[in-house]
Amino acid sequence: MTNLQIALSVAVMAVVTFLTRALPFLLFGRDKEPPKVILYLGRFLPPAVIAMLIVYCYRSVSFAAVGGWLPAFLAGALVLILHLWKRNDMLSIVGGTIFYMFLVQAVF
Amino acid sequence: MNRKTLAAAFPHTVPVLMGYLSIGIVFGWMMSAAGFVPLWSAAMSLTIYAGSGQYLGVDLLANASPLADVAFLTLIINFRHLVYGLSMLEKFRDIKGLRKLYMIFALTDETYALLSGVTPPEGVEAKDFYFTISLLDHIYWIAGSIIGAVAGALITINTEGIDFAMTALFIVIAVEQWQSNDRHFPVFLGAGATLASLLLLGPEGGRFLIPALVILVGGLLLARPRLDPPAAGLKGGEGA
Repeated sequence: MTNLQIALSVAVMAVVTFLTRALPFLLFGRDKEPPKVILYLGRFLPPAVIAMLIVYCYRSVSFAAVGGWLPAFLAGALVLILHLWKRNDMLSIVGGTIFYMFLVQAVF
Repeated sequence: MNRKTLAAAFPHTVPVLMGYLSIGIVFGWMMSAAGFVPLWSAAMSLTIYAGSGQYLGVDLLANASPLADVAFLTLIINFRHLVYGLSMLEKFRDIKGLRKLYMIFALTDETYALLSGVTPPEGVEAKDFYFTISLLDHIYWIAGSIIGAVAGALITINTEGIDFAMTALFIVIAVEQWQSNDRHFPVFLGAGATLASLLLLGPEGGRFLIPALVILVGGLLLARPRLDPPAAGLKGGEGA
């Protein structure tokens, strides 16, 4: 990627992110109640989208060889267990990532 | 911002300081591992300022994704922000001009959570207090990103697999959401729709997310009478 392409991508991310934060203030700034359906989607869409993104993260696993999928699933399971156990974001993320790096670099 | 406001705001931000430094360091390190100079990490943290969004951003940049895909994926990962704004409308009412614009820009998950829970102490102006909290959090995030990016550029270890941090972050967020929500149908709908779409369309370019999102929103709207009975009250604002 050229620097210009990187800068454009970053700018798009910045503008879209800002819009998601600013939209409620633009639309419902003055005494206007947001529609109930927006509140409903705002409550239930986030967990669904995170589930979607986890699948997205696993989109490139390959079942052709054991090394193509097992590291990602083992490390994912470790993150899950660590987080259910200690509820410490950093421990879960760094622990799971180091374990994954170890698996792909040294084991598979 | 004066000393007194800073002294009142800082203690509230210490948990975010720890969190942002570490998550920011991992972000910067991933960027350097993907081959981007530290300036890009700093620029992203300065102008985008979104944890999960920037983790996904590393993936988008590393794959040289088309701008339309970048916009779409950024939109869906940040959709939850729509709800944060809603519950901050009242709190931000007295804040005006550029400062208000900045407060809206800086409304991350953690800052949202802090601002929802704090009240300014006696003798400290509320709007200065909220602004200081937002600004401190942003500084921690930028600092963490730069530290991580520079460390990643200087320390040459084999970083293969460091991009798994994005997966790990999403799993952590999913656990938090699972435990704060008593209805889990949306999680299965999200995973199921995405998996079906992925199997049909293949992983290239992440385009399979578009039909998956359509199914998701449609499914949620269809399930609304069950998930959101008219009598039950709504509390917005949970999520990651």
